[in-house]
Amino acid sequence: MSVEAVSMQETSRNLVRELQLTDLCLFTEARYTRHPSMADLHSAFQDHPMALEHFPSGSLVSPPRFRRNRP
Amino acid sequence: MNRSVERHRNILDFALSSLLRRKGKNVSLWVVYTLIVFLIAAIVFYTHALKREAALILQGAPDIVVQKMVAGRHDLVPVGYIGKIAAIRGVSAVRPRLWGYYYDAATGANYTLMASDDPSPGPGAADIGNGVARTLRLSEGDFIPIRATDGAPTLFQVRKVLPYASELASSDLILLSEDDLRALFDFPGGFATDLAVTVGNPAERATIAAKIAGIFPDSRPILNSEILRTYDSIFDWRGGMMVVMLGVAVLSFVIFAWDKATGLSAEERREIGILKSVGWETGDVLLLKFWEGAVISLAAFLCGTILAYVQVFFLSASLFEPALKGWAVLYPRFKLVPDVDPYQLAVLFFLTVVPYTVATIIPSWRAATVDPDAAMRS
Repeated sequence: MSVEAVSMQETSRNLVRELQLTDLCLFTEARYTRHPSMADLHSAFQDHPMALEHFPSGSLVSPPRFRRNRP
Repeated sequence: MNRSVERHRNILDFALSSLLRRKGKNVSLWVVYTLIVFLIAAIVFYTHALKREAALILQGAPDIVVQKMVAGRHDLVPVGYIGKIAAIRGVSAVRPRLWGYYYDAATGANYTLMASDDPSPGPGAADIGNGVARTLRLSEGDFIPIRATDGAPTLFQVRKVLPYASELASSDLILLSEDDLRALFDFPGGFATDLAVTVGNPAERATIAAKIAGIFPDSRPILNSEILRTYDSIFDWRGGMMVVMLGVAVLSFVIFAWDKATGLSAEERREIGILKSVGWETGDVLLLKFWEGAVISLAAFLCGTILAYVQVFFLSASLFEPALKGWAVLYPRFKLVPDVDPYQLAVLFFLTVVPYTVATIIPSWRAATVDPDAAMRS
């Protein structure tokens, strides 16, 4: 079982290097959950300034710390 | 030494027979306790393994990604930026990345479309991720319809389905040739989605990013370390749903331990009175209660953590899937490499076993210090 998991990790790593990918394909429901590291600075309010969060995974994908501290 | 071990052995023996006497109550207690430990341990194992997986897989991500910002949102970056960035000392390569999203109205799934020239699927062909193949029930040689910006459906022949083993990185990917992607989305020539910059020396990445931001004030360079930190903070214990689930589990444990700590049943009180009247000392009674608590909590801790390990690493955390999947139609199937952090396991142990064991001793100590006669009468 773990041999399979290790081989999956290796294959994914090679593909990330080959295609220069930036994110894991975990949540495909919205732009900012599919590519959280590439998302807009204001992705939580992407539709309008008072927009409420639409997606359940939005509660998991909060803005990263380094982004919150930036001006 | 032998005498002390013998004493503990005898008391443990008595504690086990005493637990067996109240089988129904103790088994239900053990089941609830195991469930709470299981829930906390499964969250801890899952988030730790996923963070580790992200760190290892994304090591190969670009050293710096340069985006162009327009009014706080990222925009297409002119390919003309490449020359100036490549001229910065320390930059070994700059590669434009052309990618975007596509919403498939038929299935309700979102795909990531990307141009790939090395290896290129070729004109009119596409390489698709395993998740896309699963959602659309496609295999090699089939045709995948994609609606272009003018509304006309374009068919691409599936040249290759990307390996199942790479699902965590490529489940929703559709790779097309650059010309096809530009034609499909009417991408203006001379622009890319962003730029992937390769830096020879990892120590120079931050300096080079600062230089890029200096040359192009409208750009946003994202370092590889920032990409990795993003996944660290998503699965941090403070992250959204994670803190809610942990909070609920810890709170239910506190209620459970509090209930145990606030009183003994009349039967247990009488048992302590009888033990004291036949010559047991307060220390012996406390030792007995300590062993009773330790047996239940250790058994629950071991079973809870083993069940959590099996659920996360052998059953691919299927229990969390509905929560993680959210509204997404396409969800990757992946297996995590088993990895348990001893520090987290120790914290879990001290948060569950120790408070429970202490909580069982306190009321027993109160009952054991009263007169045996009064204890039996109560």
